[in-house]
Amino acid sequence: MSTAAIGKRNTRTRTGDRARRIALHLAAALILLVLLYPLVWLLATSLKPADEVLTSLKLLPSRLEWSNYSTALDGVSGVKVSTLLTNSLLISAGSVLGNVISCSLAAYAFARLRFRMRGVMFGFMVATMMLPHHAVLIPQYIIFNQLGMVDTYWPLVLPKFLATEAFFVFLIVQFMRGLPRELEEAARIDGCGPFRSFWSVVLPLTRPALITTAIFTFIWSWNDFFTQLIYLFDPEKFTITLALRNFVDQSSQSAFGPMFAMSVISLLPIVLFFAAFQRYLVQGMATSGLKG
Amino acid sequence: MSLTRDPRQAASPPPAGAREPRRTPRRRERQGPAYVFLSPWILGVVLLTLAPMAVSLYLSFTDYNLFDAPKWVGLRNYTDMFFEDPRYWRSVGTTLIFVVVAVPLKLALALGVAMLLKNMRSGKGFYRSAFYAPSLLGASMSIALVWRALYNDGGTVDDLLSRIGIHTGGWVADPDLSVFVVALLAVWQFGAPMVIFLAGLQQIPGDLYEAAALDGAGRWRQFVSVTLPMLSPVLFFNLVLETIQSFQVFTPAFAISGGKGGPADSTMFYTLYLYERGFSASHMGYASAMAWALLLGIGAVTVVLFRTSRSWVFYANEGA
Repeated sequence: MSTAAIGKRNTRTRTGDRARRIALHLAAALILLVLLYPLVWLLATSLKPADEVLTSLKLLPSRLEWSNYSTALDGVSGVKVSTLLTNSLLISAGSVLGNVISCSLAAYAFARLRFRMRGVMFGFMVATMMLPHHAVLIPQYIIFNQLGMVDTYWPLVLPKFLATEAFFVFLIVQFMRGLPRELEEAARIDGCGPFRSFWSVVLPLTRPALITTAIFTFIWSWNDFFTQLIYLFDPEKFTITLALRNFVDQSSQSAFGPMFAMSVISLLPIVLFFAAFQRYLVQGMATSGLKG
Repeated sequence: MSLTRDPRQAASPPPAGAREPRRTPRRRERQGPAYVFLSPWILGVVLLTLAPMAVSLYLSFTDYNLFDAPKWVGLRNYTDMFFEDPRYWRSVGTTLIFVVVAVPLKLALALGVAMLLKNMRSGKGFYRSAFYAPSLLGASMSIALVWRALYNDGGTVDDLLSRIGIHTGGWVADPDLSVFVVALLAVWQFGAPMVIFLAGLQQIPGDLYEAAALDGAGRWRQFVSVTLPMLSPVLFFNLVLETIQSFQVFTPAFAISGGKGGPADSTMFYTLYLYERGFSASHMGYASAMAWALLLGIGAVTVVLFRTSRSWVFYANEGA
């Protein structure tokens, strides 16, 4: 947006502009309020005493029932929340590692190296971004079943090391294409091969895209439910998301407080990551639709 | 620089600048490194995408329960699906209603809010991030559970509507309304397309608006004649992406119905039914047929969207 245009309009109708600005802020604040309501409700309900969950429609609890959280920490079917969180963390961390390594390698080839059928392969890679996961789900399950990997974390983490999430390959390719070539040219003249050049020149410059990849991967695998539901059976191996599922089956609402306390716990890492890295996330999302 | 990065453009080879003919012969001799870098991706494509798709196609013509060898049944899974199984069509219907309701609502809201934020001078970054947050949280089981409670009988939404004289009861337990609970959860996550819209809006040259204003175009006219055409590639990108994703919604449907697709199969979304057939009932062949029908269905919808796009998506040929 050109600031000149804004400036011109501003001098023309200063008071009208001011009123408009206030209206804009009011509208935005109102939307924010509606959007945040479910989150505030979640936090409030996680602290409500059992008898108030059903009878009282007041948002705020009359007293804070912290025991919901201690009940939640005891976990589900004998598995403590600390174990569930560790399991989730293990899967997410493995996924992050896999995606960052495999996607940046593939992206470098697509962005900078020349090879036969590059256009076709790139097109194919983009097409796989749109492929519904379900088309490969059952055979993948059969493969991992044959390999004896069902009820382990391998089916959840291993595919990430094979760059199956093309979205991130694409994201990093877009970023690398925007990097100046001069440094690589200089490195090449100094005798750097593609591996050295990738590791010492391109990769450090790609840091923002790698961070975006890491955070998105973390959040998406933390939230993932479907794959975990299919592959994990042993409650000791359950993630926090799968443990919440146990509440789904229970129709009794007496467990509301602890259930939502556990929900809050499960969302905390996402909220923290978002607060710390929101710039990268929003930027990454924006560049996925536009050439940055 | 092109405004969009839509899949069709991305699928074509990189722009001319990236390809320097004089260097091609020399580089062709050294393709080895490229394949080293690509090897994880190629392995993944072959082992986890292409081979599974072929296997899935084969299985769709068999009876397979994961333990006994697959038994060839020809087209029976498909004929059962299309002609014998009302639950299949119910799941198709539910999913289509969801897509048709959620995607336009979500995109309209995303565009509206992006327009709202576009001219904001202070607080824009804050609101952009804040509105984006639900897109990250909304995919979680936790939020799906919150949604279930909010739309339950006597829940917040029921209570609010009752106060203005509309008695709906709980949406979750109402077969006519339960699909909208899932749809509204999707709409809540309008932040992701909004961020993309906002980035697109910022790339529209300001002088276009000035020219339109000089010609006497009001705000609405500017929106229709400048913003919409200039933004249409981004709108198209969002439309395709959201549509494809919406067909695959699973977690909220699972959470809201307790994994059963109820009440009366009203939240038995396509993917949930696929899960139920394949993994609960062990009809892997049938589920494979469903997966291929989904793939072809999404493919067909995408092709139709691309076809219609020729008449409404405007690719500016700007030289910038």
